[in-house]
Amino acid sequence: MIKPLIVIRRVPKIDFMRWHLFGFAFSIILGLVSIGLFAAIGLNLGIDFKGGLLIEAKTQGPADLSTMRSKIDDLHLGDASLQNFGAPDEVLIRLPEQAGGDKAQESAITAVKQALGPGIDYRRQEVVGPSVGSELIRAGTLATALALAAILVYIWFRFEWQFGVGATIATLHDTITTIGLFAIFRLEFNLTTLAAILTIAGYSINDTVVIYDRLREAMRKYRTMPFRELINLALNETLSRTILTVSTVALAVLSLLLFGGEVLKGFSIAMLWGIVIGTYSSLFIAAPIIYYIQPNRRAIAREPTSGEGEGGRSSSRPAGGTPRAGG
Amino acid sequence: MLYFANWKILLICGVCALGVLFSLPNLFAPAQLAWLPSQIPHKPVNLGLDLRGGSYLLLEVDIAAAQTEQLNSAIDNVRDALRDAKIGYTGLNVENNAIVFTIRDQDRIDDAKNALAKIDQTLTVDIGSDGAGKMQFNAVATEQRRQQAIDQSIEIIRRRIDPNGTAEVTIQRQGSDRILVEIPGIDNPEHIKALLGKTAKLTFQLVDQSMSPDEAKRGRMPIGDEVLQAQTDRPDQPTQYLVKRRVMVGGDMLTDAQVDLQNPSGPAVRFRFDSAGGRRFGDATRENVGKPFAIVLDNKVISAPVIREPIPGGEGIITGNFTAQSASDLALLLRAGALPAPITILEERTVGPDLGADSIHAGAFASVVGVTLVAVFMILFYGLFGVFADIALFFNLCLMLGILSLLPNTALTLPGIAGIALTMGMAVDANVLIYERIREEMRSGRTMLSSLEAGFRRAFGTILDSHVTTFVAAVLLYVLGSGPVRGFAVTLGLGVLTSLFSAILVTRLQIVSWLRRWKPKEIPL
Repeated sequence: MIKPLIVIRRVPKIDFMRWHLFGFAFSIILGLVSIGLFAAIGLNLGIDFKGGLLIEAKTQGPADLSTMRSKIDDLHLGDASLQNFGAPDEVLIRLPEQAGGDKAQESAITAVKQALGPGIDYRRQEVVGPSVGSELIRAGTLATALALAAILVYIWFRFEWQFGVGATIATLHDTITTIGLFAIFRLEFNLTTLAAILTIAGYSINDTVVIYDRLREAMRKYRTMPFRELINLALNETLSRTILTVSTVALAVLSLLLFGGEVLKGFSIAMLWGIVIGTYSSLFIAAPIIYYIQPNRRAIAREPTSGEGEGGRSSSRPAGGTPRAGG
Repeated sequence: MLYFANWKILLICGVCALGVLFSLPNLFAPAQLAWLPSQIPHKPVNLGLDLRGGSYLLLEVDIAAAQTEQLNSAIDNVRDALRDAKIGYTGLNVENNAIVFTIRDQDRIDDAKNALAKIDQTLTVDIGSDGAGKMQFNAVATEQRRQQAIDQSIEIIRRRIDPNGTAEVTIQRQGSDRILVEIPGIDNPEHIKALLGKTAKLTFQLVDQSMSPDEAKRGRMPIGDEVLQAQTDRPDQPTQYLVKRRVMVGGDMLTDAQVDLQNPSGPAVRFRFDSAGGRRFGDATRENVGKPFAIVLDNKVISAPVIREPIPGGEGIITGNFTAQSASDLALLLRAGALPAPITILEERTVGPDLGADSIHAGAFASVVGVTLVAVFMILFYGLFGVFADIALFFNLCLMLGILSLLPNTALTLPGIAGIALTMGMAVDANVLIYERIREEMRSGRTMLSSLEAGFRRAFGTILDSHVTTFVAAVLLYVLGSGPVRGFAVTLGLGVLTSLFSAILVTRLQIVSWLRRWKPKEIPL
């Protein structure tokens, strides 16, 4: 029989609540800095959102960026940006939207290809008009807002409204700080990043729900325990799960970041950050908030518990009886 | 909880087996697939354009231009109707989606209304007491024409980019006036875009030789004339022509057009009119022998040959400054027909086949590494139960691939691969929740079996909550997202569903079978 090599045998007794004010302060600062950065310097929007041209080229041998740049600058197509993309022989060329409709975009791409000369493999080219860009921003923002709203409505149905408030704040916190991360490091913000942010929101709520589930269960079980201790208990009891799940998801995302190629890089970075900040916010924001807006414990204690414990319908079958797998 | 009815066991095993069966084709190269016995499913996952290479084009049909065009053609009828009724008018023109004019004699406004109402029932006639008139298509007709323009555009685009109907081209309507075109595996998107960029409206118009185009432009434009630019700048040919607006014959009457590379004066396009067009062309050439006529494509004059003799057979040839490519393109455009309205390209994303292949490799490699790491991790922390979770994970992966292979109109994109890797990480979360719960129940002094039972039962609510939240996010991403993001939403949402099945049912079935077979005294957790 294969035994686990690593086992967390005892439930830890960490006093999470002792640190929650630090957590609040840290998060408020982080959130304000993120909002400030977003307002002051904005995001490094990719062409998905601001429109423009993008060409990915593969040169024979390491690319000579400065020569390529001067060749493209000679075309006077506006503020061109060139950068290596993953490998020394791969170059990403970005150009602003050209005035004069789709024919102008077309001729700009042709002009760039001609200027750079033969021997270059064009691996990818994208042209996004400004009207599409602003529509994509609108749809993306709408998707994020609606998803958050839908998830919170679900939590509100399943739990008391206080939990809904806590989950909203924690998730908003994760979303805002992820945007802050993209603002400060000038990472390209595109459609895939937006998908990452929605996934982060889903993951963060996921994490929070697991802890809230446990908190509510503890509220039913220990009706006289001080609330502070209840929260600590719920966090400690779920801690090993939290660590294990963060680890498995982080392993998956890390391998995407390391081996998934340049195109997925922004997505992976956002996800990795989101996993870390989502876990942190569940522990130090979502749970402690409930301390300040305590749900009615008597009401929770009275609630019927679905499929839960001794009163449940499944207890009609004798627990501990011989298991049968049929057949 | 620790009991499975026979039919349930069969069902679970059956679903897993189907998952394996339908995901199998993805392991083989297309050539190998051909060797598989025909009983085995052959369809691998449909790859998105970012993985197989190809072009994604979002087009917008300029409906307003189509309407202006239709009003322009109605304006001749308005002129004729007013002339026949002998009603004086000024300023007849098309402005802001309406035909505007002013009736000179205010006593005759009612007569004008009657005369104009007969032209077209879908045109509303509105003349004020000061004689200012306005004619517009009514709302129903406008909408109908919009639909027609889009449907027709889709049809013509298909004929242009897929003339033989053999390529796997997707052309879909999107929103009220947009068309989405997806062309896999092309290496020259510029050519496709050039084909789409032309309206390809071909007309034959007589050249007016009474004055030069310059004179006409200086202000003495003869009524019913217009000045058109030449398509190519050549020193031996005029750069602009004064032509009659009246169209002798239009490209809509063509039945065929073929490229002719043997023509002594360079590549040319041979065309044939239908019988009505042939008759009109014959009549027009007979009446105008010795005069030049302009062959006009999209308001540019290709050439203006002199009619040497009547051309009765309904066949002709267009020469101009063609290359072999541009002649065969023109022939293709003429065969496909003119677009009812100009098209602009709003968005273009082209991925070369090399990059696509690289992305598949990178994505697949990252997924394999990720899944392997997660699997090892689970065994380290949960021993035998970790193995159970890994087996469930394997079936989860098969189910996802199998369902993706089966689903029509669903393509796996690079973000989609990321979604798979991500759900693999998240899928074991359900197992982690269950196992942790079982441990807890054991710590609290329950017996082995009741710990197992309670672990599964109590973790279920939490698992359901967490899966529903992720699923909601995936659904909204799918509904509101576009292109590659949709691919991500599909795999994420699908992964949530399959992991609910695999992590709970498949794992539980394994544990129950293990209990029955080995009758262990304790749980290795």
